[in-house]
Amino acid sequence: MIEQLIQKANEQVLEIIQNTQPVITGIGTALDVVPGMTKTTILHAGPPIKWENMSGPLKGAVMGALIYEGLAANAEEAEKLAASGEIKFDPCHHHNAVGPMAGVTSATMPVWILENKSYGNKAYCTLNEGLGKVLRYGAYSSEVIDRLKWMENTLAPVLKEALELHGPIDLKTMLAQAIQMGDEGHNRNKAGTSLLIRELAPFIVKTSFHEDDKAAVLKFMHSNDHFFLNLTMPACKCTLDAAMGVKYSTIVVTQARNGTEFGIRVSGLGERWFTAPCNAVKGLYFPGFTEKDANPDIGDSVITETAGIGGFAMAGAPAIVQFVGGTPKDAVNYTTSMYEITEGENKSYVIPFLNFRGTPTGIDIRKVIETGILPIINTGIAHKEAGVGQVGAGLVHPPQKCYEDALEAFVQEMEKEGVI
Amino acid sequence: MSKVNELFRQDLKVINMGLKSFSQDLKKQNTEVLQVDWRPPAGGNPRMIELLNRLKNKK
Repeated sequence: MIEQLIQKANEQVLEIIQNTQPVITGIGTALDVVPGMTKTTILHAGPPIKWENMSGPLKGAVMGALIYEGLAANAEEAEKLAASGEIKFDPCHHHNAVGPMAGVTSATMPVWILENKSYGNKAYCTLNEGLGKVLRYGAYSSEVIDRLKWMENTLAPVLKEALELHGPIDLKTMLAQAIQMGDEGHNRNKAGTSLLIRELAPFIVKTSFHEDDKAAVLKFMHSNDHFFLNLTMPACKCTLDAAMGVKYSTIVVTQARNGTEFGIRVSGLGERWFTAPCNAVKGLYFPGFTEKDANPDIGDSVITETAGIGGFAMAGAPAIVQFVGGTPKDAVNYTTSMYEITEGENKSYVIPFLNFRGTPTGIDIRKVIETGILPIINTGIAHKEAGVGQVGAGLVHPPQKCYEDALEAFVQEMEKEGVI
Repeated sequence: MSKVNELFRQDLKVINMGLKSFSQDLKKQNTEVLQVDWRPPAGGNPRMIELLNRLKNKK
């Protein structure tokens, strides 16, 4: 009987994932639109964490956000304020939001607003700053803060007005197309970014802003191949939030890391986190950096793998290996091995090279433990110290302990329910 | 002639399941061998095997 209960619940979760329709509905200010946001709240990636336990890049991003918000004048003041207890730290995931790398989101930052049209829930994510010396990798110098201010005062208002002129954008179709064009939606978003520009450009031109601002916005999007990441992430977030809390389901609906701990949540176990120390990332480093400089795994962007894209769709994105390491054959092997630990195949996100097979979707904790195959994640690598930024990109797995503890808790829950 | 002798007259094509060193020894002798990527369920962890069994129907 228990097998049937789990099977039925997991099929329901997969059906929700398949039926979800993520749509971009607009851009707002975090304080106005993100549930539970306050002027002194800082959202971060991964499971809950206290200031004293945060890694360098997360601390750096928090300090940068406090300077950006005008709550601190410099790094010293920011550090003091962060440690004072006056700032409320909370995971993005507890506020229907996600954030790449440090995932730091503060009150006045602009955020994408996505709606899951099939189930009515929303998801939020900041706008992508680009690569290198950026807040999400823990950098907080004046060039980082200046860019964030430009994003708040020019990029977001232009895109907001363009979106109002365009109307809601169906992100599922765009993401499905991007995956067929060689993206996997996590560390390769070249096609998705291009498709978004193609969709929005005629409306950006029609906005009421100065010609120079419109050109700067288009140039900024064009110069940042990761721009679309901050849309694939909330698309996956609103997909999986809709699948949270399905009784008896062993499917993972959250994976996230704060740079210190990796955490997972399982649909049938609700909001409870199962955490363990983050693993080191194996990858390729920018000139001048080595693995000695690297912070352990960090960011909410593993929401993509959790929804069946990202590392799980690498067979369709062979060019990504030049960024994260390995060979195109490895990329195919990563995807095919993920079918061993997932509930089904995505109907929308398909890989031409695998005869249009759907991406492996819906990680089952039982299958992960039984096979010993851990989810594959591709990711950026942040410098371990605050203030530096990105130093490379690579591949990583979650710690197995998260999965073991989740299985233990699931069995306990089934015992309590009296079904085993 | 028995079937076994017939088998040994052919070129060997081996699929090895289990210890990898068996396949490596054959490779050294230029014998075609395919190593199956096999591992015991739950890596042989008795506690995890017990938990997985709890989630299976009682036979």
